[in-house]
Amino acid sequence: MRELGAEKITRVITELVKRANFSLRKDVLLALRKAYVGEKNKRAKRILKAILDNALYARQESLAICQDTGLPVVFARIGQDLKISGDFKKAVNQGIKQGYKECSLRNSIVLDPLLRGKPVFSPCVLHIDIIPGNKIKLVLLPKGFGCENKSQLKMFKPTAGIQEIKEFIVQAVRDAGPDACPPYVVGVGIGGTADYAGVLAKRALLTKLSAKHTKLENDLLKQINNTGIGPMGLGGKTTALAVNILTYPTHIAGLPVSVNISCHALRSAETVL
Amino acid sequence: MKKITTPLDLKKIKSLKVGEEVLLSGKIYTARDQAHKRIVESLGKGKGKGKEIPFNLRGTVIYYCGPTQTPKGKIIGSCGPTTSSRMDAFSGLLLAEGVKGMIGKGRRGLEVKAAIKKYQGIYFVTYAGCGALLSKYVKSVKKIAYQDLGPEAILELEVENFPLIVAVEVNGRSIYA
Repeated sequence: MRELGAEKITRVITELVKRANFSLRKDVLLALRKAYVGEKNKRAKRILKAILDNALYARQESLAICQDTGLPVVFARIGQDLKISGDFKKAVNQGIKQGYKECSLRNSIVLDPLLRGKPVFSPCVLHIDIIPGNKIKLVLLPKGFGCENKSQLKMFKPTAGIQEIKEFIVQAVRDAGPDACPPYVVGVGIGGTADYAGVLAKRALLTKLSAKHTKLENDLLKQINNTGIGPMGLGGKTTALAVNILTYPTHIAGLPVSVNISCHALRSAETVL
Repeated sequence: MKKITTPLDLKKIKSLKVGEEVLLSGKIYTARDQAHKRIVESLGKGKGKGKEIPFNLRGTVIYYCGPTQTPKGKIIGSCGPTTSSRMDAFSGLLLAEGVKGMIGKGRRGLEVKAAIKKYQGIYFVTYAGCGALLSKYVKSVKKIAYQDLGPEAILELEVENFPLIVAVEVNGRSIYA
């Protein structure tokens, strides 16, 4: 059995914190550039230019792409033949704390959601999955809360038509409107249970925007871009860069649909050890 | 492009129309959710009643912003706007107390638009999700109050040619439907 020290996990997470917050994802950059070229609305074009300039400046200057460095969400896929010595969860959170501190990011976490209190850097939200093999894949998604606040869940009847579901997704984007930093990436989770659909929707944000999309995803993207919300909600044809859907088997009695919207600063970084 | 300075001059802001892009120079104050709650409580709406307001609200511009920590060698870290509608419940009272301008991102509620009209204020949006870029326009930072709130503390920012778009003009008209 392969062994891996928890301190190695801490080091790697620290590196992911830096990468995710300073360097915008290549596929997101590419989609933004494409939108910039294709946008006819002058103001929308100017805003997209500012977004691209911001990403470049952040990288050059080692500044956070956005001041909301998010609630860090970590997806860990651990090979069942890998033995991690030490406290894995502690190691992940130590990496988050160290990384956020070293990079001068924002302490946006309150330890008690009701009492609030002085904000700190950690903990992250950690999703663990066990997979075959002896490797570990770690993905960090610092999720800004302007867009997280626009998440929606609907438990549809199992007899619901696709049209109803599409309307719900498009309406979720309309509800977010100009508030959550469009152009958006729309993550959708369909199936499973209420909680699992939410995880799927979040995980859908990790799918590369350049990946081949289904007809349903493309149809939704077209409808969303026809809303005319545009960059910063000030008009234009770029309301979303992509719609990414993940599905999972569900119960005969239900059809959960969860929408997790990301702002244009969709940041994530990953590594395999 | 029009240039404006703080404290805001009513005559000048009255001439600004929705969609117009302007450059702002002068002192502005960061305040977001918890700072708003405290100020409003100090104004007599809760348990902090009667406490001193840490800065002069008259003619002031409030920036809905909680920057990152300040990296070594920088004046400020990433410092873009946060969602304005979360401050809607507090804005009317602040406008009544003399606040003139607000900077954030996204829509405002009906009650805020009405208060803007009543008290002759103005609401701007700035490049959302572009906090690194916006840090270029901040020339100095002074800690003012509520340090225990961490990134939600009130800061006085001296800005130069900070880019804004008029989103709700003095008569209450909004750029958003």
